[in-house]
Amino acid sequence: MALEDRNRVVILEDRVENISGAEFPLSFDKHEVSYSLEELKNALDIKIVHLTPTEIEFDLIGVDASIANALRRILLAEIPTMAIETVYMINNTGIVQDEVLAHRLGLVPILANPEDFNWKRAEDPPTDQNTIVFKLFVECFKNQNAAADETDPNKKYIGSSVYSSQLVWDPKGDQATRFADAPVRPIHDDILITKLRPGQVINCEMHCQKGVGKDHAKFSPVATASYRLLPDIQILQDITGDDAELFRSCFPPGVVEIVNEGGVRKAKVVNARKDTVSREVLRHKEFEGKVRLTRVRDHFIFNVESTGAIRPEVLVSKALDVLIEKCDISKAALAKLIKDDMTDE
Amino acid sequence: MDANQEKFPYIAVLEVPENKIEIVPGASSDLTSVTFSIKEEDHTLGNALRWCIMQNSQVDFCGYSIPHPSEAKTQVRIQTTDSTNAIDSMNKGLDDLKSACQLIQHKLHQRLAEGNFARTA
Repeated sequence: MALEDRNRVVILEDRVENISGAEFPLSFDKHEVSYSLEELKNALDIKIVHLTPTEIEFDLIGVDASIANALRRILLAEIPTMAIETVYMINNTGIVQDEVLAHRLGLVPILANPEDFNWKRAEDPPTDQNTIVFKLFVECFKNQNAAADETDPNKKYIGSSVYSSQLVWDPKGDQATRFADAPVRPIHDDILITKLRPGQVINCEMHCQKGVGKDHAKFSPVATASYRLLPDIQILQDITGDDAELFRSCFPPGVVEIVNEGGVRKAKVVNARKDTVSREVLRHKEFEGKVRLTRVRDHFIFNVESTGAIRPEVLVSKALDVLIEKCDISKAALAKLIKDDMTDE
Repeated sequence: MDANQEKFPYIAVLEVPENKIEIVPGASSDLTSVTFSIKEEDHTLGNALRWCIMQNSQVDFCGYSIPHPSEAKTQVRIQTTDSTNAIDSMNKGLDDLKSACQLIQHKLHQRLAEGNFARTA
């Protein structure tokens, strides 16, 4: 296989070729080196494309899919956050049943740094070190000032919509001083939890605990965490004239532009990154053998969108911490296994 | 704080299982062909570790599987040449994966410090 093709996934009309890499010792001639950090150090690069308080887009270049995928999986499922785990219903006369209401409350993202809290085992008592308490007391009334023929519930009633902003943090122990700078609260104030009608009441207490996404999705620190491979559109033969126009229309706007070269209109790939790899271009006979759609196998375009509890760039760093920790735990376990085995004999 | 929380602040389970790693019966006596069983791990560690171990030219074969979806364990099979053994290769694989992560993390922090990207408040 040609050297430049080794890290290309080729997209054909009816199939995808060359999907998994074969960058292992002895796979190719003269490629007999073992994994070396030096090699990775040279190949590895990260390019941050943009960063907002809730989103990061970055390119991770030069690593294998297994590492990129481990990172993605950890972001989704193994970074701890705080979320409502137990709801004590004192009174609920609303239309939404207790268990459904409790589930909805559980999904409300909570702004609290999970590193400030301990894990809570089932048998551990709740303390100010492992639990955050919220209270919700809402009641719906008729609005006496509303017009007799009013039909809008928001005007006709008072407190007919219950929003996440109505959750009241109840600091326990020294929490009020510990978190004086950053009070614990729901991240978003405008999450509709339920609706009420006059005379209906909800009174409950909620306990937040530390957990991870693999236990329940409410603990996931990300809204999305995904990657895609960088597209690479290779024009093998010049595409000119009206064909160039057609060629351009096969891709999303901004991928292909038409340049004028010596009076000839010619299609040119200007930004393959924007391509969705729709394969539309492969349906046209006139481009047969003139274009090759590929993706760069070791160029991952990551998109991480945080729920808002942890900054996105911190999330990526934490995900790597988790993977490092997994290695440490397994290494310690392996050492123990060998030690136990020796004492047995 | 618990000792485990001090040591491993991020782990998804509070306690590391008693026998986190076991050797599945049937390993060769010289330990060049061994199947390890790792509890409470999945594709996240399994696949990344497999890739790292395969980068070792002394390893003839490495593969992983999750024998049953409702059992939280991953099996990693390693076969090596006579010049080393599966346990050393596993150890090296874990070390390599860890240093790869540290390298990526270092690069990330470096790029963040450079601040050469679009930033919106």
